[in-house]
This record gives sequence, C-alpha cells and structure tokens, in this order.
Amino acid sequence: MISERYFNIAILALLIIVPTWAYFADEPFTITLMTRAAIFALAAVGLNLALGTGGLVSFGHAAFFGMGGYVMGILAHHAQTFTPVAEVPFLIEGTKSMPVIWLVSILLSAVLAWVIGFLSLRTSGVYFIMITLAFAQMMFFFSISWSEYGGEDGLSIYVRNSFPGLNTLDPIQFYILCLAILLIVLGAMARVVKSPFGLALNAARQSPQRVDAVGLNVKRLRLVAFIISGAITGLAGALFADLNRFVSPTMFSWQLSGEIMVFIIIGGVGRLFGPVVGALIFVALEHFLGGLSDFWHIYLGLLLLMIVLFGKGGIIGMICGREKSHG
Amino acid sequence: MVEPVLLTEGISKSFGSVIACENVSLDLRPGEIHAVIGPNGAGKSTLISQICGTLKPDNGRIFLHGTDVSSQSVRERSLAGLARTFQISALAMEDTVLQNAVLGALGATGNPWKFLSEALPDPNYRENAELALKRVGLLDFKNHRTAELSHGQRRQLEVAIALTLNPSAFIMDEPMAGLGAEGSKRLTGILDEVRTEAPILLVEHDMDAVFALADRISVLVYGKIIATGTVDEIRNNPAVQEAYLGESK
Repeated sequence: MISERYFNIAILALLIIVPTWAYFADEPFTITLMTRAAIFALAAVGLNLALGTGGLVSFGHAAFFGMGGYVMGILAHHAQTFTPVAEVPFLIEGTKSMPVIWLVSILLSAVLAWVIGFLSLRTSGVYFIMITLAFAQMMFFFSISWSEYGGEDGLSIYVRNSFPGLNTLDPIQFYILCLAILLIVLGAMARVVKSPFGLALNAARQSPQRVDAVGLNVKRLRLVAFIISGAITGLAGALFADLNRFVSPTMFSWQLSGEIMVFIIIGGVGRLFGPVVGALIFVALEHFLGGLSDFWHIYLGLLLLMIVLFGKGGIIGMICGREKSHG
Repeated sequence: MVEPVLLTEGISKSFGSVIACENVSLDLRPGEIHAVIGPNGAGKSTLISQICGTLKPDNGRIFLHGTDVSSQSVRERSLAGLARTFQISALAMEDTVLQNAVLGALGATGNPWKFLSEALPDPNYRENAELALKRVGLLDFKNHRTAELSHGQRRQLEVAIALTLNPSAFIMDEPMAGLGAEGSKRLTGILDEVRTEAPILLVEHDMDAVFALADRISVLVYGKIIATGTVDEIRNNPAVQEAYLGESK
C-alpha cells in the first residue's frame, strides 16, 4: 500500500508534468484536455464535500454547474453585444472579467444551493436523490425554453474572458489559472474536513442522532455543506463555459450530474484527491476510447462496475487502502 | 425540598391500543442516581425517548430546572443541559475515539461553524475530550477507530461523550448492557463519581449495579410506576417483588 500523501503528490506531479511536456512539445490539445480534467475535478471536489463527507447523494449538481456556466454565458453575451443584462430595478452591465464572473457564479450557485438544499434536505435516501435530480431537470428545461439566451442551441462567446495580467486565450495560461483554482480549493477542503465543521458533518453522516444529542444542528450542518458544495461546482461551471466559449442546456443535464458523481466513485468517495483521479481517468477514457468507438461509455461502465464491486474506496482505496484516521 | 433538576409530570404515550407509558411522574434530584427498572416491554425506552425529545408525549409535561421543555427538540434539550447515552451505541464508527469525544466537546461549545482551523489539536475541545476519555479509562485508545473498540469500550465512550457536555442531568439508557463483570464494575465506579457533578437517571437491567448505585429506584411495569423508594424500600415492597423481582427469585 502506498501512503495516500505520496499518491496525492504523484497526481499533483502529473497535473504539472503532462501540460509542461505538452507545452514544449507544442501539443495544445493535450493542455486543453488537462484543463477539462482540472475543471471536472473542481466540480467533483464540490460534490465530494456533500457526498463524501456529508453523505448527501445529490443527483442534481449539474444545476450548479449549469448555473455557473449560464452566469458566464449571460454576462459575457451582454458584454460582447454591448447590451445591459437588466435595467430595472437598476442597471446591470455585462462583463468579460473572469474574477467578476467567478464571484457572481459562486454567489448565485450558493443561493440556488440554499434554496434546493433547504427544500430537499427535508427528505433523505432515495427521495433526496430524486428531488435534487428534479431540481436540476427544472433548470434544464428552463434553459431550453429560454430563447433569449439561445434556448436549445446554447450561447456562443466569441472571445475567452479576461484575467488581469494573463492571456487567457493561451491554453497553458488558462490551464494554470484553472489548476491554481483547483489547488486552492483542494487546500481549503483539506482543512475543512479536519475543521470543527468537517468533524461534525462527517459524524452527522455516520450517526445523526449522536450529533443531535450533543446539541448540534444536523440539518443546518448539511445545508451549509450543500451550499459550499454547490458554490464550488458553480465556479467549475463558469470555468467550463470559458474553456469551451460555449454554454448550452447540456450543462444542466442529468448525465452531467451522473458524471460528476462517477468521478468521485472512480477516484474514491470522501478522499481529498478522489475527484481529481476520477476526472483524469474519465477525460483520458473519453479521449482515447472515444477515438476508437462512439460507445466508449460501455468501457467506462465496466470500469465503474469493477470499482464498485471490487474496490469500495475507488482507485485511491485500492492503491492506498482505507483512509487513515487522523488523530 | 430542593428543586428537582428533572421532573416529568404525568406523561403518557400510547401506540395505537398499546399504552407504553401511563401517567408517569418522577423527579431527579441534585446529586442522586435515580434508577428506573422494570421487565422487558415495561416502557423504559419509551420513557427515555420522551424525556430526551425523540418522542412527544400524548399528555403530561417535562421540566428541566423548572422550565417546561416538553415542546423542545432533542437538540434544544441537549443545549439546556440534558446529556444521554444510547442503549445501542450511536457513535461515529469510522472516526477515532478522540474524534468522537471531540464531537461532544464541540457540542458543549455549541459552535461548529469554524471551517479552516483544525478541530483535534484545538485545546478548547481537546482538553475537555481527553479529560472525559481519561475518566472512563479510554485515553490509551484515543487514536483507535471506534469500530475497533469492544462492546464495553463503546459503552464507556458513550459515557465519555456525555461527560464532555458538562450537563446538568444525565440520562443513561442501559449503560451496563452487554458488559462483563469487570467492565460493569468499572462503569459503576465511574457513575458513582459522576453523580456529584450531575444527577443520573439510570435505566438499567443489571440489578447488582442498580442496588449498588441508586439512591432511589422507580419500578415501571406495563407503562406505570408501581413504586418509588430507596433500595431497601423497593426490595421489601411486596408489589414490586410480585411484579418484577419475584420473577428472578
């Protein structure tokens, strides 16, 4: 068994070495693939807090991914057409500034997560899964019918948004930006799971009546986890839209919710780098197998089946063993 | 008379046609261990659930320090000073013993809303948690996963978590259940010491422990209290002997 710390360092090295090689070998497409993986990983890091630590099986995280995507799409669309987003009750202009777009994505995704979480955390188990799915589907159909922003066809953004001091159209610079955000969020998550909040949330997954009996509010712990989780996935959505310079209702689709969950299950539920490993494997399979056959999902399904049947802790569980209790 | 810490006033609970608890009034006074005994199915667990807030009584009221807590949630009652142990251990099994105790210490502060500081090394929680573990004799096991503990050790951890809360009353639901002679003796010693900090309402099957510890005993049969008194009074009460103790003699 390899120590999880060393394994994580190896993954981190991979995230740095592969794009560096691609940069010098002039393989921009590889950098784009790595960017895609980093953004998917970020989305799954968000879900991992709710799912892995909190035990909240959300099948609707595409709602937040899409929310982030549409925030980017709408703000950038108005900026490129020189029209205001809204004039009543006060003037809101579009923007091409990434930091502003990220902030708005995080805030609106958090508000959406608060509403969805507030309503769906009254249920548990299968009902929770279904109600989160239902909310994401509502967003999906809403976006399809919202013709002002492209409806089913989605919205194209001509130029990637800007970040002060960087040329974001350069694949490696945009990758560095996405990787930096992923690492900052991972660093924060490593602390959150060990914090008083993380300890209580983790205990609430294992024994809610115990957490209740020591006087802590289980529902509020879960709601806060869900909000943080949704906000992170929303930020990933904004980056994803910027990567593709395109937003469409598929960002709200239930397949996407499922994929985010699959990243975590493949990598390792509740493990810090689980979402990263899962997203890397997913993007690699999508690229290499997708080139061989349109039905590459069959192989992904097989992999998932093997992991669920034979290795409960995902890839990290198989390689590093059971999570070490930090004492 | 001193004001009781905990008081139930005529609480009743039925499930359909089954009366699980009928007009139960009992009090818990400062510094005492008040044991509730009764045969299986007598309604002891229903009584505990109502006191702790997981079940709402059909009738009657529950007072903690003179305040009516009948309509309060489990969490509110815990914050008001009620600490319980569970009959079937309710612990975070994947976590370490220390993490479980720190959870209690966290509950005692009432504030889990810290996101970036580490919980375990924080002396605000750790001192309280380690003291509680030391008192029940689990400090040497603090880094063990809770799932690795023996049944008896889990019962001790239940008590340790209750201790971290610095409560004004303990409700203990069969803390000796499944313990060997040695474990039972050890826990008896701990409870004997703890009563000076907060009184204990003790539901227990282990008669040796009850007779060794209890200041007063209430006997619950078919949801009703048929007698309350000192150990000697209960031992010599003919109705109790007939209804309960007689079974084993």
